[in-house]
This record gives sequence, structure tokens and C-alpha cells, in this order.
Amino acid sequence: MSGWLSTRNIATVTLLLALVLLPVYVELTGSRFLLTLFTRIVILAMAAVSLNLILGYGGMMSFGHAAYLGIGGYAVGILAFEGVYSGFVQWPVALLVSALFALLIGALSLRTRGVYFIMITLAFAQMTYYIVAGLARYGGDDGLTIQDRSKFFAPVNLSNKTQFYYICLTLLFASIYLVWRIVNSRFGMMIQGARSNDTRMRAIGFPTYRYKLTCFVIAGTLCGLAGALLANHTDFVSPAMMYWTRSGDLIIMVVLGGMGSIFGPLFGAVALLILEEVLSGITEYWQIILGPLLLLVVLFGRGGIDGLLGKVRHG
Amino acid sequence: MRKALLAATAASLLAAAPAAAQQKTVKIGFISTFSGPVAAIGNDMRNSFELALDHMGRKMGGLPVEVIYEDDGFKPEVGKQKTEKLIESDKVDFITGYIWSNVLLASVKPALDSKTFLISANAGPHQLAGEGCSPFFFSTSWQNDQTPQAMGLYMNQKGVKTVFLIGPNYAAGKDMLAGVASTFKGKVIGQELTKWPDQLDFSAELAKAKDAKPDAIFVFYPGAAGAQFLNQYVQSGLKGQIPLYTAFTIDELTLPRQKDTALGVPGAQQWVNDLPNETNKKFVSDYRKKHPGLSPTFYGAQSYDSANLIASAVAATKGNLSDKAAVQKAMEKADFKSVRGNFKYGNNHFPIQNFYLQEAVKDQEGNFALKTVATIVENDQDRFHDKCPMK
Amino acid sequence: MTLFIEQCLNGLQFGLLLFLLAAGLTLVFGIMDLVNLAHGSLYMLGAYFAATFAAWTGSFVLGAVLALGATLLVGMAIEIIAMRRLYGRDHLDHVLATFGLILFFDELVRLIWGPSGMSLPLPSWLNTSVRVLPGIDYSAYKLSIIIVSLAVVVFLYFLVMRTRIGMLIRAGASNREMVGALGVNIKLLFTLVFGLGAALAGLAGLMQAPILTVQIGMGENILILAFVITVIGGIGSIRGAFVAAILVGLIDTLGRAYFTDLLRLVFTKETAATAAPALSSMLIYLLMAIVLVIKPEGLFSASGK
Repeated sequence: MSGWLSTRNIATVTLLLALVLLPVYVELTGSRFLLTLFTRIVILAMAAVSLNLILGYGGMMSFGHAAYLGIGGYAVGILAFEGVYSGFVQWPVALLVSALFALLIGALSLRTRGVYFIMITLAFAQMTYYIVAGLARYGGDDGLTIQDRSKFFAPVNLSNKTQFYYICLTLLFASIYLVWRIVNSRFGMMIQGARSNDTRMRAIGFPTYRYKLTCFVIAGTLCGLAGALLANHTDFVSPAMMYWTRSGDLIIMVVLGGMGSIFGPLFGAVALLILEEVLSGITEYWQIILGPLLLLVVLFGRGGIDGLLGKVRHG
Repeated sequence: MRKALLAATAASLLAAAPAAAQQKTVKIGFISTFSGPVAAIGNDMRNSFELALDHMGRKMGGLPVEVIYEDDGFKPEVGKQKTEKLIESDKVDFITGYIWSNVLLASVKPALDSKTFLISANAGPHQLAGEGCSPFFFSTSWQNDQTPQAMGLYMNQKGVKTVFLIGPNYAAGKDMLAGVASTFKGKVIGQELTKWPDQLDFSAELAKAKDAKPDAIFVFYPGAAGAQFLNQYVQSGLKGQIPLYTAFTIDELTLPRQKDTALGVPGAQQWVNDLPNETNKKFVSDYRKKHPGLSPTFYGAQSYDSANLIASAVAATKGNLSDKAAVQKAMEKADFKSVRGNFKYGNNHFPIQNFYLQEAVKDQEGNFALKTVATIVENDQDRFHDKCPMK
Repeated sequence: MTLFIEQCLNGLQFGLLLFLLAAGLTLVFGIMDLVNLAHGSLYMLGAYFAATFAAWTGSFVLGAVLALGATLLVGMAIEIIAMRRLYGRDHLDHVLATFGLILFFDELVRLIWGPSGMSLPLPSWLNTSVRVLPGIDYSAYKLSIIIVSLAVVVFLYFLVMRTRIGMLIRAGASNREMVGALGVNIKLLFTLVFGLGAALAGLAGLMQAPILTVQIGMGENILILAFVITVIGGIGSIRGAFVAAILVGLIDTLGRAYFTDLLRLVFTKETAATAAPALSSMLIYLLMAIVLVIKPEGLFSASGK
């Protein structure tokens, strides 16, 4: 698995090109639904990329990552409800609140590890879910409709679906780049070192807790941005966005795509969501295939799709 | 390589549906709940809608009809997604169905934004009757507050002085309890809103009601929850102590489960299965023939009407559905035979109609049925219509 | 006052139901170090089996007994087919694999029983109320849930404390490797423990069926609570699970009942009604977070870690 023409690289480039050229295809064939579907895929891929940073590279299994989607989404939703439609206010608020939540949750959770870490991140996510579901003013369980998308300066118009798609795609590429830079930096090396052996890293003198927390906050903030995008995409937010099973979906995307690989989460998101669309058109019972598939991936296919691509020799 | 190939194949599969320009069929999207314990309601609506199509030879204004049924899974965000899919991917001309007010409220924006006519065959949240009314929204049911308002009037007639209200904490539940309070002349001495749809254990609320010692309890619990509530009402020893008044809690689907617990418990409704007009008689008897062992509910009656409303508009505009203004005018006329007896539309596209008192009775063979007992109010219009800026 | 006693009984009943679910989880967790998300699916299967068998045999009790047996068998089958391959692996693997099992079982149930869910009607002798104290009429069925659950608690106590298998279970919970090294048939022990946990989950599922629900996905909501209880009580400790379950049951029920009234002093009825269940749910997670921060192994940890 070396050289530029490896299968993995070809597949990656093809997928990236396909994503960039999608709106052109949509124009030609008039299937607007594809644009809607892929916007959602791109946004969730961004969330998966952020999760991969702490899960794939940092080894921190957070079962509450969907909470940030909700926090970012509700930041936009609540502000819109109160009449503040400016993206210049909404999005920074979404980022800030997500960062604060991540700081708080991370600070407490990172004191534990293993299954306890899983449980406590889960607990905090559920708490956030219940806080939001308890806000009668903002719809509670019924959710909140967003009348207008975030406003920026003209000519930026998020209601234009093609424009919005390219904005999301650009932000996705930016996040992938960000993660790549982090992972390949000294900071990133340390995070990965802590994942393999935390005790040893601390013995050498690295303050792993601080680094892990920083990583956690970055991931949460990025996911909050994805949440703000999601709220704009669906014109609707509801507590269901952050129910624990949604966090499970994100984890599936990361694992399916290949943990600890740069483009893995993108492959995972594309695979899972397209599978959902295509399979549910074929049979109502598609999840009966997905379930055991996951099992098999866990038992035998370490490395997910990305790993699979790496194994295929070219030429 | 495989990844990209799969993506491309999937994309082309999805794009296969051609973009229709000429009206060749009438495409209708139908959103209801077809899974979980309340699937029975969705099935009732689907059966009734299909029966209406059978009765009209599966053609509206000479054009063949295609219906796409989608399941909202009882969740607002899923209902919204399915609505969007019906509009963007299937490009339907009309959308109907919608049992739940919260699902409807979440789904209404994509429909109205795309100028697709949405006919609610059940949910009637007050937001859509007042400021949120729209030329593209129609109801073939009622506005949520109307039915409990009628029950409030009936309770006045019965001399009830104090009432304890119990209902689910979501859009419709709040509307229902508010509706009773608006016409009831006595005092509301307690109100409990329960978590919806998860909470099916009402022992805490029943205990509080018993503690408050009201003249009567009013309750709204649609679907399976209605059966649960009545059972627990009996289990808690309240039957015979404090009478129960209901809206939408006892219907032809829950009655077989509620059995004796429903006897003597009144409910208000704009349609009862024994209303004496020809359209209704045909609807009920043909439904029973086509689905042995089942009887249609008000959900089904409203869906039957929805099909006929759409058909009347298609016929009046001679299939030219792109002329939205003409379709709207045709629908406003409500020029079709409704199973509840003919009605008119108010300015907010909600029906102005009668409300009846229904009760459950048992015959000698032990079969349960719902019967009309009295007319509570005639030509009732909802109390939000003057907030609607239309007409 | 009578209201308060009734609410306490409700809380107790809910807590006991949760204990049945959590007991199996904590055992499996403690002895096999296995995180089993699919525990909720066994709970669901118990309810579906009971509804089906009760309808076939016409008897509620017979249906319940058969359902218990069926869930036990399914549990053991799962252990042999799927769980065995997961022992010793990363917890992440457990979570993923068992999450996949949840999806599989949800769809399987949909395939076999259809999407509508089922109902399990009570026989008339249970569908009444009982005068437990002057002025307090309590549902006979809920009372029977309390009685049956307490009987199970006593049974578990005897099993774990007074039998040889119980001794092996306790030993396995504190030191798995040693038990294996001592020549005990670990495979059989694991299968039996998993089966026991499955049966307990199935019992919880079938008991709540007449008052709550029999539908697809019913396991997911309650599973979280079961995990929280396991963590609060201490992994591997049945005693811990019992204390934590009762605590959680009472907090949840009393919280829902009294928070609404408390909040109504300050907020509108609607706000209070929306916020109260949220607050009482949050309280439970808050409790878990506090326990984890102060005593990370839980209140009654089985292992000496």
C-alpha cells in the first residue's frame, strides 16, 4: 500500500470529486432530493470527523457526541425563535456554547476511563437531552421550527440549496484539513501516544489530561458547528437530535469508515446514509442486515472501509 | 473504487424518477403512523382513504390516482423528513393524513413553502387556525379546541361544577385542555399534563385527581393510551366514584380493548358511525364488508372526506393542478358529500360543523358499539378564525 | 399523605422492575466483563413472548411462565453464538457489536410480530384494586409486581449467598482469572449467568407489559436507566444494583409527581409540566455523575479495584 495510485487514494479522490460535482449532476437531472440527501451526508460526515478526532485518534469513546449537534442546532434555533437571524451572532454562539459544554463535560468525564468514561459521557448527553426537552418555550419534545435560515451578507443565501451545499462541503473539507494538521502535529502525536499507553506518556512527563481535554473541546466545538448547519438544513430542531442512539449512529460511521484514518469518517457517513436510503427503498427490514453487518465489521474487519481499501492491491 | 461505484449507482437509482411536467396522474402523499401501538390508527386511515378511491373508481377528474403512504413513526422529525421526501423526491400534488399535531406543525413549513396543498385529516393545532393559516392548508377534521369545547358545554348542561383535567403534554393535549376550560362554566380545580408519548402509567395523575375530589374528570388520550387510561381509571377504584368525560379517547379501535370500562363514559365528536346520511351509511357498511371484524373510526371518516375533497378540486379544475389559485377556490367550496353531513369552510379552511354526544353501548350478544345520543352544538366554528388574515 | 404513600409504592414498584433489569446487566458486566447493550432486547422479547403465549394458552400466568423459559433459552443461545467471541475484547467492540444486535433484534421482532406492537391484557382477578391501608386503594397488579420482584430478590440472595453456583458467581466477580485457573467450567458458568440475566430481563419486560407497553424499541429507553443503576450500584454487585434501583425508582417517580407542583409555584402549568419530567430524569444522571466522581467504582463495588 504505497505510492500515489493506491486503491485507497483513487477511491478517496473519486469520492471527493463526486461530492464537488454533485450539484452539476443535480442540475442536469433535476433530482433535487439528491442534493438534500448529500447535504445531510456532508454535515453528518463533519460530525463524524470531529468524533474521529477523539475516538479514532484519541481513544476516547464518547457516547454523547450527538449532544453537540443538538447544542449547536438549538443555539441557532433559539436565537431564530427570539428574532435573531444573523449568522454572525448565531454561529459564534453555537461554537461558544458547544465549547463550554465540551469543557465542562470533558473536565469531569476525563477523570474516568474505560466503560465508566463511556457511561458518564452518555449520562451528560442524556442530561443535555432532558434539559432541552424540558424547555416548554422552545417546543420541548415537539421540537422547534426555524422560520428562516442564518443570514449573512448578500450574496450569501443559505436558502439557496446549491450554495448551502457548497458551504457545508467547504466546511467539511476545512474540518478534515484541521484534523489532519492536528493529528500530524506534536500535539497529535501525544494524543495518539496517550491512546496506546496513557501511563507511559504520563511517566515521560506529558500532562495527558490537559491534552485530552483540549482535544475533547476541539471535537465538541466542531460538532457544534455541524449542529448549526444541520439546523439550517432541516429548518427544524428537536431533542431527538441528541438522543443517545444518535451518538451510536455517529460511532457507527466512524468505525465503519475506519477509525484513526483521515477520510474514514467521510467514507463511513457516505456508506451508512446511502445504505439507509438505498436499502430502505428495497426492503423495509434493511436494519436486519445492518445489525449483523456491524457485528461482522467489529469481529473481523478492523479498520473499516478505509482498512479494506488499503488491503486491495492495485496492479 | 468500489465505494465510488456504489455511490454512483445509488445516485442514478434515485434519479431514475422522471421529472413530470404534464399532469398525467394525480399524486397524493399520505403521512400517518404505521408502526408501533398506534399503527391501528394509520391503518384505519389508509383503509378509509383506499375505500374512497375504490368508490370513485380510482380516478379523480378522469385522471388515475397514485397514493404514496409514508410512516411518521410517531415522531415530528421523521414526519417532517417524509413530508420533504414526498414533495422533493416524489413530487406529489397533494399531501394529506397527519394524525398528530406536533408532527403536523413540524411538517407544515416544507409543504407551504413549496405551495403544495396540505390537507390535515386529523390534527388541528390552533396555530394553523389563527395567525399561521395558509391558502394551502385545509382541514377535513376540526380545530383541536372545538371538540373539547363541545364537551365543556355538555358538562355545563349536566351541572358539573368542578373538573380535573388530564391530558398529554404536546401540542394537541394542551389545545384540548384549553378548549374545555374555555367553555366550561365551573371551576377547573386541577390540571395534569403527562409526558407524551412515553408515559403510559397514569397512577400518579389519577391519585392526584382522587385527592382533589372534583365533580368530574376530563381526559384526552388518543390511541392506545386511551385504552391504558381507562383500565387504570378502573384499577384505581375511581369508576363509580368520579365520572369521566372524554374527547378522542374512546373510538372504534380502543373500544374492543376498553370493553366494559367505556360504558357510560361520554365523548364528543363531529362524526359518529351511525349518522343517518347516505354517504356515511355506504362508507361504514362497505368498510365493514371490506375489512371484516373492523369498524371505521373518526380518523378514517376524516380521511375518506379528504379523498373526496381532493377529488372535487381536481374535477372542478379539470386536472389543471398547476393553477394553484383555482385549486384553492375549488377546495374552499367543499363541494363534495361528506360522511358527517355537508359542511362549509371558515375563512381559515377549517370546517364549520355540528358536534354530537357519543356513548358506548353493549347489545345482548355482548358486542360494543358507539351511538349518537344527542347534538351538543350546531354549526360550530373554531375560536381562532378571526386571527387568520385570510378573506 | 395517602397520595405520598401511593407515590412511594409506585416508586418502589418501578425501582423493583428496574432492579430485575439491572441485576442481569451487572452480573454479566461483573463476571464476564461484557458490556451488553442488547440487554434491552431481551426485555422486549420477554414482553412479546408473554403477549404471544398468553394469547395462545388463554392464561396470563401460563403465558408468563412460558415466556420466561423462552427468554432464558434465547439468552443462552445468544451467549453461545455471539457473546463468546467478544470476551476479552475492548469495551468499544462490545458496545458496537451489541448495538448491532439491538438493530437486528428490533427488525427481527418487526418481521415476526409486525410493526404494530401487541397488548397483554390482565386477567380480571388482577384488574382490580386492593385496599392496602385505610383510604389507599392500590392496583392489585402493581402490588403483585412488587411481591413477585421481592420474591426474586430473595431468590437471588439465596442463590448468590447460599449455593455453590452463587459462590462461583461471587468469586468470578472479584477475580475471574483465578476462578478459571481453579478448574471451574468457566464456559458453562458464563452461559448460565448470561441466561439468568436474560430471564430476569424478560421477567421485567413481561411484568410491565400489561400496564405499559409491548412495542419495538421499548428496550432502548429503559436500557439507559439500567446502565446508570449498574454504575451507581457498582459493577458486579447485586446488592448495589438493588439499592441503586430503589433509589432511582423513587427519585424518578417522586420527582415526576412533586416537581410539577414545586415548579408550578414559579412557572406556568405548561412549563412546569414540560420541565418536571426533564428535571427528575436529569436528577438521576446527576446522581450517577456525582457517584462516579466521588466513588468511581460505585457504591458497592464487587471487585477490589
